[in-house]
Amino acid sequence: MATLTINDILLTAPESSTILEAAARAGVRIPTLCNVEGCDALGACRVCLVEVAGARNLPAACSTPVRDGMVVHTNSPRVRKARKQTLELLLSEHNGDCQTCIRSRDCELRELSAELGVTSVRYQGEKTSARIDLSTPALMRDIGKCIKCRRCVQVCSEIQGVGALHPQSRGFDTVIGPAFMMDLDTVACVQCGQCSAVCPVGAITERDYIEDVWKAIADPERFVVVQTAPAIRAALGEEFGMEPGTLVTGRMCAALRRVGFDRVFDTNFSADLTIMEEGTELLTRLKSALVGGESVALPMFTSCSPGWISFTEYYYPEYLPNLSTCKSPQQMFGALAKTYYAKSVNKKPEEMTVVSIMPCTAKKAESQRPEMNSSGVRDVDYVLTTRELGRMLRQAGIDLPSLEDEGMDSLMGSSTGAADIFANTGGVMVAALRTAYEIVTGRELPGENLRVEPVEGLAGVKEASITITGANEEWSFLEGVTLNVAVAHGLGNARRLMDSIKRGDASYHFVEVMTCPGGCIGGGGQPRYTDDSVRLKRIEAIYREDQGKPLRKSHLNPEVQKIYNDFLGKPLGERSHHLLHTHYAQRDLVKSN
Amino acid sequence: MNTALNHTSMKVNPDMPVAVAEGSGDLESPTHEAGEMACSHHEPADESILLEQLDDLLPEYVQKPGGLIPALQVCQSMFGYLPQEALKRISEAFGKSYSEVTGVVSFYSFFSVVPRGKHLIRVCLGTACYVRGGKEVLQALKKDTGIDVGETTEDRLFSLDAGRCFGACGLAPAVLVDENMHKRVNASKTASILENYRTSEGGKSHGDG
Repeated sequence: MATLTINDILLTAPESSTILEAAARAGVRIPTLCNVEGCDALGACRVCLVEVAGARNLPAACSTPVRDGMVVHTNSPRVRKARKQTLELLLSEHNGDCQTCIRSRDCELRELSAELGVTSVRYQGEKTSARIDLSTPALMRDIGKCIKCRRCVQVCSEIQGVGALHPQSRGFDTVIGPAFMMDLDTVACVQCGQCSAVCPVGAITERDYIEDVWKAIADPERFVVVQTAPAIRAALGEEFGMEPGTLVTGRMCAALRRVGFDRVFDTNFSADLTIMEEGTELLTRLKSALVGGESVALPMFTSCSPGWISFTEYYYPEYLPNLSTCKSPQQMFGALAKTYYAKSVNKKPEEMTVVSIMPCTAKKAESQRPEMNSSGVRDVDYVLTTRELGRMLRQAGIDLPSLEDEGMDSLMGSSTGAADIFANTGGVMVAALRTAYEIVTGRELPGENLRVEPVEGLAGVKEASITITGANEEWSFLEGVTLNVAVAHGLGNARRLMDSIKRGDASYHFVEVMTCPGGCIGGGGQPRYTDDSVRLKRIEAIYREDQGKPLRKSHLNPEVQKIYNDFLGKPLGERSHHLLHTHYAQRDLVKSN
Repeated sequence: MNTALNHTSMKVNPDMPVAVAEGSGDLESPTHEAGEMACSHHEPADESILLEQLDDLLPEYVQKPGGLIPALQVCQSMFGYLPQEALKRISEAFGKSYSEVTGVVSFYSFFSVVPRGKHLIRVCLGTACYVRGGKEVLQALKKDTGIDVGETTEDRLFSLDAGRCFGACGLAPAVLVDENMHKRVNASKTASILENYRTSEGGKSHGDG
């Protein structure tokens, strides 16, 4: 431990910590535009400069380790002057259009300029040229707004292990972007949007489809339904200044009705349905392997997270047969809304508009995959992120916190707690085990409160083993079998897990992978700014939602039972095969030109 | 045989990747080997054969810490530039993303992703050369060759580049043609310098640096 003073406050901090971290412990906030939790400090933005007694220059607090006896000042006249100057230099290049920028409300550069009292910019010079990249369905890049802080580079490389964005060229000409300053669709970007979740300015954002949705709602000919992903209810409140982890399920339903959607439905419904299909698929694969001795692809990987699907298509194509053929809950919902539900209200698929509210940018890309048109037209028309829904509600003057709770509409609106936990890393695994274990043994999944703690929480790769005892007759081949499962979240962790499977170091039956750290609650479309403390609060809220439900196992969802009786027949049946399952294809890491 | 790595100016040229200076000792032997195969620089060979040779060479560089830049240099010496297909293979071999590899390539002015001419003319515009007329020398060379900085003449004889300080300030203004340093060049001398390279193979004997 080192003993130091920061602004005359005496404190001790581990010697491995930086001045920035030590200051936070002392309640001293040092501004930064480039620091990202979980990534190496870069010292790129030079905003966190501090004065250290005995040092000639002002070091960057984010990349300077503490020392015993260090005397630090974070608010001296010299520091204030240097920070203001740094900001002025950033602003002198920044091609901002602040009034019309999508980030005008929460731009960190603008906020910091106001905070530090930058009222004029003394430097005049060349501005970065604006160039808009709309090559992908999910993300918009505007190079003119980029301040080259490299947060996106760090999350893309260090957290997600993708590396789509890197500094190209150098000096003033530097562009943070894909190879050769090309558009994003030329490289292996999975469109997870973690870059857009950490960008301090408006240089990378989700592509905004709000106007398209308003247009559909205003069109009297269109029947517009909305689905909301499990992770929205634990985060949307943050868009309205509520504490992370505030559950707003009922208020969200009320808000969506006020927006003007004809029906307010739940992706949770199709999450329960996913468990029926995917659980059956897993048991079928296990049966083929253990009884038939067939060579089937195991472990089976979950397929809910579209960033992970793209990641496999790019980097691990040899494992495509291991991906569950189940569509994601969003796409199952879309296919059924335009067939099953459309029929119940005497509408044709082409008269329906399906809007999704997702914590995710990759869902925008998923909905535009050419194969996602099982209803004959595009199954999901528009995908809005949690952030876009926040903007939409503000545009409509809807004050979420003050609304009374309302419920989901019926036929595709009921859900069990197993669907809620899809939002958390480990949740799909637990939901699948709750149902599969009960199908096989006729008994509830052992473990306190239907939870499987080893696969919960923020550890990067988690494992659990469950030995089947007392299997009923149909599943007697599983008697005494120990099922090994693994869970990874964040694609960097997924890569580590995949490499260990590839090397043969680990062997599993079932693996859950979520693209984003923490699972969907930490998605690239969630309210900014998401760090581990926010992730944990959202995760906890989702478990509260699960435990507050009267039904907590997917196969008990009455509307899921009804759709099998009335429409689908049975899991993996012919109609399911057509509407609820899909296929994947290898993709080139670099688009040929 | 000219290869990029045999440049005598390497150690004094800050425009080139630092790793060259640090690693040049280690790299000598594979470099020469690569140089031997790199006849393409002068007599364009089938790139597919060179790509196969590149694939054979890469594993050795992948194992070395900081092996990316030396691998890129060898690649450039083989092809005369860095073709996209070669960069894709380098990116795969190193397990680094394509964007990261091109980020390194575009950082250093030494690397080129467009084919270069038989002779590379590099005009120093560092401070000393600049104040002693480097800019005028560059203008003259543009006029003589009919190309701009970064371009190659249609007959693939010359490519033109500008650098920032070759570490030869005492010779200012300096022009490097291939590995030959031409000192105290002025606008009236450029045409005759080029003429030597037009008329003789390699022009090695005409360097006076």
